[in-house]
Amino acid sequence: MDLSSINPVLLLAALMVASTPILLAAIGELVAEKAGVLNLGVEGMMIIGAICGFAVAVETGNPYLGYIGAAIGGAALSLIFAFLTQYLLSNQVATGLALTLFGLGFSALIGQSYSGIKPPQINDLNIPLLADIPFVGPVLFQHDIMVYFAILLVAVVAYMLTRTRAGLILRAVGESHDAAHALGYKVVLIRVAAIAFGGACAGLGGAYLSLVRVPQWTEGMTAGAGWIALAIVVFASWKPWRVLLGAYLFGGITVLQLNLQAAGVKIPVEYLSMSPYLITILVLVIMSADRGRASLNAPAALGKSFHAAS
Amino acid sequence: MFRRTLLAAAALAVASAGAALAQDPIKVGFVLVGPKNDGGWSQHHYESAKKMEAHFGDKVELVVQESVPEGADAERVMTQMALSGVDIVFTTSFGYMDGTINVGGKFPDVKFEHATGYKTAPNVSNYSARFYEGRAVMGHLAGRMTESNQIGYIASFPIPEVIRGINSSYIHAKKANPDVEMNVVWIFTWFDPAKEADATQALLDQGVDVVLAHTDSTAPLAKLQEAGALGFGQAADMAEYAPAPRISSIIDEWAPYYIERVQAVMDGTWESVSTWHGIKDGMVGIGEFSEVIPEDVRAEAQAMVDGIVAGTYHPFTGPLNKQDGTPWLAEGEVADDGALAGMDFYVEGISGDIPN
Repeated sequence: MDLSSINPVLLLAALMVASTPILLAAIGELVAEKAGVLNLGVEGMMIIGAICGFAVAVETGNPYLGYIGAAIGGAALSLIFAFLTQYLLSNQVATGLALTLFGLGFSALIGQSYSGIKPPQINDLNIPLLADIPFVGPVLFQHDIMVYFAILLVAVVAYMLTRTRAGLILRAVGESHDAAHALGYKVVLIRVAAIAFGGACAGLGGAYLSLVRVPQWTEGMTAGAGWIALAIVVFASWKPWRVLLGAYLFGGITVLQLNLQAAGVKIPVEYLSMSPYLITILVLVIMSADRGRASLNAPAALGKSFHAAS
Repeated sequence: MFRRTLLAAAALAVASAGAALAQDPIKVGFVLVGPKNDGGWSQHHYESAKKMEAHFGDKVELVVQESVPEGADAERVMTQMALSGVDIVFTTSFGYMDGTINVGGKFPDVKFEHATGYKTAPNVSNYSARFYEGRAVMGHLAGRMTESNQIGYIASFPIPEVIRGINSSYIHAKKANPDVEMNVVWIFTWFDPAKEADATQALLDQGVDVVLAHTDSTAPLAKLQEAGALGFGQAADMAEYAPAPRISSIIDEWAPYYIERVQAVMDGTWESVSTWHGIKDGMVGIGEFSEVIPEDVRAEAQAMVDGIVAGTYHPFTGPLNKQDGTPWLAEGEVADDGALAGMDFYVEGISGDIPN
């Protein structure tokens, strides 16, 4: 096998870009799930973020406003989910699926007049000095701002969840909403906030697709990225840094197999394409086999509705 | 006597109701694999359907279902259409083939038309265009326009239609520029803008500067534009990316065929046929050569188009060998339609294997 024709610098750089949308969506979903909410509407929130971000960026000519618009759009959609599941106590799985279907349709409606338009360009940050380091520079320090923002977000979430009182409360709500309620925490409010955070992150992930990675608006352009984000959360067994690892693994394998093909390396692409899913299944098997440790990470109240009177 | 009159009147009423029914609009169904505004394949089927509708006016009623996944879902959609009383259904993706045949078997009175397949039944026709003729022209342009002598090809699924396109492009790129090399990337989807963009990026990273795509969205062109490389419109003109990166395009012209077939249903002359039309019959259109292409190269490409139309040139003319070096076509020999329809091998010079 001749791998020398693949430039590892370009490969790693492409990997970071390709992983960013699913990383953003997954870290948002992780926070929601840590609060005990299973939101299967990630795909819908991503695509709404993709079109909101695209539309705002095109109308204002400012891609950064586009990101803000995407976060607001994603969060707004997730609030529909929050209202239905937290106040009307609807089933989270069914509502999440409905949210995905609604998001796909609604984004197509908003996006009618935006196909075939080019978004304003986002320049890569060439971090002075650091960007000039051979190998490391082009891999790590010549990306656009969202790549760094996503990694920073993982760090902040990891810190918040494990080192702060707010994180502790969030986890308490996700583990046992009754206990948290008895302690006087506003379970529903905390969950709504977590859902909105998840929606904003998914929206950002979607906007990264339509503004940087593709860059254009096309109906249905997320093409299943939201589902991969959901898989990553499970794969990471609800640990933030493992989400980063999972996203790079999933994104990396996609990019790697395309690069291997482009470089003419003879390797059956089918195996590479299915490998992230195989790993996910494997992780799920290990988790369910080893009841003692790994599966304890799943928030105990995940997917359960809470009502103060009951 | 009175009763008899009543019966006669009733019979007359039924007969006239039948006549009124016959004047009802012909219901025409379309099953699309992508969204109807994907900018490429599905959009062009949809626009052709609209042209057909405009041609017939009130005499037809259009039923369109977009973004239908290939597989069980497609059969469900077709069954639904047949049950709701459509007279003719156009299923517009290769992967709908078996589904169309299955549903066709259940509804013998409904006419089915499947695009780009090879199976027929008494009430199922298939139709496709000789895209490889257009690919030959694009391949020639790619060979002439590349500066790095590396061109890329984004392929969807390993089916004969896609393999024909790859071979035709490569043969003519090589003829135009003997130093050219082609990298093929298979992405196993017709429509996934992110993946199409990633594949384009992977090719660019390998030093490719002209990319041909056999997928449905405009994502490759968007990516090529960023990088200052060149590409082609596929299925639709994609003129919004002209003059660069889109330097020409292959345009699918389905409207005349749709009009002809719906007319046949109206006239009661519809028969199961296999249609395979090319540039000459107007099913494959060649988009305008943009001003980025030098004058002489434009003239060469036009000459090739003229040759294909006149029948003096066939894109698969020997001598040609298969990838493993075994002879395929002798000097001056032209590939027959049977060999083209089932093509499952690369021609000599393309590296890599066709996935299964």
